[in-house]
Amino acid sequence: MTAISNKTVQRRIPDPAAPIKRKKKSDSRAALGFLTPSAVGMTVFILFPTILAVATSFFNWPTFGDISFAGLGNYRNLFAPGSQFPAALVNTLVFTLLVVPINLVLTLSTAFWVSTSRFSRLYRVLFFLPVVTPTVATAVIWKLIYQPNGLVDSTMQSLFGIHLPNLLGDSSTALLAVVVVIIWQGFGYNMLIFSAAIDQLPQDILDASKLDGAHGLTQLLRIKLPLLTPAIFFASTVTMISAFQMFSEPFVMTAGGPGTSTVTVVMNVYQTAFQGGELGAAAAPAIILFVLILVVTMIQWLGQKKWVHYDQ
Amino acid sequence: MTSSQLQSPSRRQSAQAVQAAVRRNKPQFRPLKVAGEVVLGVVVLAFLFPIIFTFFSALKPNGEIFSQPPSLIGSEIRWQNFVEVFNYTPFLRFIVNGLIISISGTIIVVAVSSLAAYSFGILKWRGRDKYMLLYLATMMIPQEVLVIPMFLLMQKFGWINSWQALILPWAFGAFGAFLLRQFFINIPYELVEASRMDGCSQWGTFTRIILPLAKPSLAVLGVWTFITFWNSFLWPLIVVNDVNQLGNVSLGLQTFFGEHGSSWNLVMAASVIAILPTLIMVIALQKHLVKGIATVGLAGR
Repeated sequence: MTAISNKTVQRRIPDPAAPIKRKKKSDSRAALGFLTPSAVGMTVFILFPTILAVATSFFNWPTFGDISFAGLGNYRNLFAPGSQFPAALVNTLVFTLLVVPINLVLTLSTAFWVSTSRFSRLYRVLFFLPVVTPTVATAVIWKLIYQPNGLVDSTMQSLFGIHLPNLLGDSSTALLAVVVVIIWQGFGYNMLIFSAAIDQLPQDILDASKLDGAHGLTQLLRIKLPLLTPAIFFASTVTMISAFQMFSEPFVMTAGGPGTSTVTVVMNVYQTAFQGGELGAAAAPAIILFVLILVVTMIQWLGQKKWVHYDQ
Repeated sequence: MTSSQLQSPSRRQSAQAVQAAVRRNKPQFRPLKVAGEVVLGVVVLAFLFPIIFTFFSALKPNGEIFSQPPSLIGSEIRWQNFVEVFNYTPFLRFIVNGLIISISGTIIVVAVSSLAAYSFGILKWRGRDKYMLLYLATMMIPQEVLVIPMFLLMQKFGWINSWQALILPWAFGAFGAFLLRQFFINIPYELVEASRMDGCSQWGTFTRIILPLAKPSLAVLGVWTFITFWNSFLWPLIVVNDVNQLGNVSLGLQTFFGEHGSSWNLVMAASVIAILPTLIMVIALQKHLVKGIATVGLAGR
């Protein structure tokens, strides 16, 4: 009922102004002018390359030399024996499955904790520092920390007398070690999103729920968390997309090793294209990653109706 | 009697009542609260420890990096580590390169995005929202998918190893236009109408009314774009052949690490050099940055 009346009101209001507007020219010519630089740039540097990426994946396309049609050959070769792609795909999925939930749980709980502190503003900025630190620097720093006799190892030695294996050199620990770095680096971003959302929790609802007897944990689980689901949805989508695109940290820290234990899809793309000189063969995994990101994002988008509460 | 005089006594009373209530509810000293603050402080310190550790390691002699038991401060404080880094590798050049690339990139992004946002947020034209959605859809295309065709494009343009290849390809994303549009739609439309009524052209309305009002949001976009350009790694790695000529700090650090990987103290000094510019920027401009992320996060619904 209210929705209908709102609509009619909204429609009726512009009417008196309409004749004045109609006398003037429509804005469409101006819109075209203002949009042109952006539209041209986007066509040249995003839309055209996207089409070219799809096309490239169907050709034998060396960096220098003759180009020939390959059909689905590049895609078939991804699963041929000796290809690194299956390992890269599995690693990327494992990275994502580890990073996203751990990151979300830690950042959300820390955001709640920090919001109770009198230094919350300072802490938010401090947690944010790794986000803006160049990834290469982050990777180099953590590589030193993980060295045998480095910070982690020597701390373990002096506290518990345990000598750790070379964390990045052991295929059973390398991936987890990289996951820790990724979570550390991305921590402040999601925390900031959650902090902003917590600050904007509607006070009247919180007060009302208190009057109704919801305190502490009950209030947190039944009232605050549902109100935060839009922010959680946004953070999980962004974190997931960036986890799928992981490249710099493992590239600098392990170069994909030992063996193929930390190779990611993007690293596979980079190595095939710019170290192997096979652009067509490299475009295929890039397209697969793109489709994967699209599909998972779609699923999340469609699934959000089930758990995301919007206020309107 | 003005209204403020009328109100003030009652307001003072209510303020006193609130204060009294607060005093009643809050004892002066709450040990649990203090303990919580201390623990949180320790957690924050532990979180930042890798960065703190980097600074101290950069000042150590190389032989003491792996000293047992671990210590922050070595037998001497070697500021000359930083001098040596600058002697081995042109880090000053990398910083200047980074500034050139990031500043030009930021100017282009802010200019192009604000123009597009005026079109999407202020102007009224048919199909506007449909085109906006199309724009947004392009944000789904990850950079990693585009690097190969972009490399081909750069080859065709003859732009491999050039400034324009480092600046232009990633300056036309939809993110900036979307971010600014979210701010622009909150500007009262009456202002636009009034300025048009007064004979201002669209361009005049854009430069004299909208842009001044949008300064804070332009700053948000500017800071965020600068940092993205400054930290870029994959694309410079692909398109730069001569690191000493066109490399940014990330590329320079990676090269330095490859060549002097065993001199951990120098590598850490180089890392400090790589970290400092953005560190200073975040602390100086925290308000804009924090606001930007929060807006994007909340607008993302």
